[in-house]
Amino acid sequence: MLDADFFHRWLAAAAAAVDREADRLTELDSPIGDADHGSNLRRGFTAVVATPEKEAPDTPGAVLTLAGRQLISTVGGASGPLYGTLLRRTGKALGEAPEVSEAEFAEALRAGVDAVAALGGAALGDKTMLDSLVPGVDALPTSYAAAREAARRGALATIPLQARKGRASYLGERSVGHQDPGATSSALLFEALAEAAGEAPGE
Amino acid sequence: MSDGVQRVGIVLVSHSAAVAESVALLAQDLAGGGTGPVAPAGGTADGGLGTSSDLVAAAAHRVDRGAGVAILADLGSAVLTVKALIAEGDELPALSRLLDAPFVEGAVAAVVTASAGGDLTAVAAAAQEAYSYRKV
Repeated sequence: MLDADFFHRWLAAAAAAVDREADRLTELDSPIGDADHGSNLRRGFTAVVATPEKEAPDTPGAVLTLAGRQLISTVGGASGPLYGTLLRRTGKALGEAPEVSEAEFAEALRAGVDAVAALGGAALGDKTMLDSLVPGVDALPTSYAAAREAARRGALATIPLQARKGRASYLGERSVGHQDPGATSSALLFEALAEAAGEAPGE
Repeated sequence: MSDGVQRVGIVLVSHSAAVAESVALLAQDLAGGGTGPVAPAGGTADGGLGTSSDLVAAAAHRVDRGAGVAILADLGSAVLTVKALIAEGDELPALSRLLDAPFVEGAVAAVVTASAGGDLTAVAAAAQEAYSYRKV
C-alpha cells in the first residue's frame, strides 16, 4: 500500500530531478519552444516542496491535489496547468483514503493523464508530454521500472515527430529532429516515481 | 449604473500585461468608455511573459457583479490556465466562462455587449461571432 509519505517522496524526487535537469529541459525548449521549460518547472516544483511539514497533507489524494494547485499557480507557462491538472485529477481520483493500492494509483494516474489530454486537446504522437505519459502509465501496472523505461522511450520517440500542439506546432516541419521538452520532463516524473518506490536508477 | 442592470464582468488574459491592459482600454473606449467592469490579467505575477492563475482569479473576482464573468484568453498557457481554473471549481466566481473568441475582436464585442446590459450568453455569443468577421 502507498501512503502520503510515498507521494511526498515522489514529489521531492521529482523536484530534485527537475532541478537537476532544468538546464537540459530549457535547452530542449530553445529550438522549438520559448526556452523556459526548465526554469518554469523548477519554479513550480520548488513551490510544491516548500510546503512546511506541519501543513503537509496526510492522505495521498490531498498531497497530489495540493501539489497540482501549486503548479497551476506558480509555473507561468502551459506546463503549469497541464502538470497541475495531471496531479490534481490523479489526487481527486484517489479520494480521501489514507493509503491506496498500487493498482488504485495506476488507475488514478490514468485518469490524470486522460484529463491532460482533454485539457490540451492532444493525443499520442502529437509530440507533447502525452508521448511519455501514456506509455508510462500503460506500463505502470507492470512495475515502476517498466514505467520509467517506457516513459523514457516515449520521450526519445518524439524526436522524429512533427509537433501538432503547442508553440512548437507553429514551426511545422522544423519541429522534426528535436526531442520534446514536455515529454522529457514527463519522463522525469516516472523516474522520480521509481526512485520513490526504491527502484535502482536505470540507464 | 443608473439602469440597475448587473453588468457581466470581462477578464482579458494575455501572455503580456501590456497587451491585456491595452486591449482592455481599447475595448472600453470603443464601448463608449467605462460602463462595465473589465479587468486585464496579463503576464506572470512578477511582470514576465506568461500566465498567472492568481492574477486571473483576482481579476475575475474584481469584476464579478453577480451576473457572470466572461474570460477571454490569447494563447497556449493563457487558455490552459483558465480552463484548469474553471475545472478547479472554486477558484473563480460561480458564473465564470471562457469565451471561444479571437482576443482583440472578441474583447471589443464582449465589452460592448456587456456595457449594453447583455447577459453572459449574449456576451459569449457576440464575442464568438467575431470569428466570422472575415478580413479578406
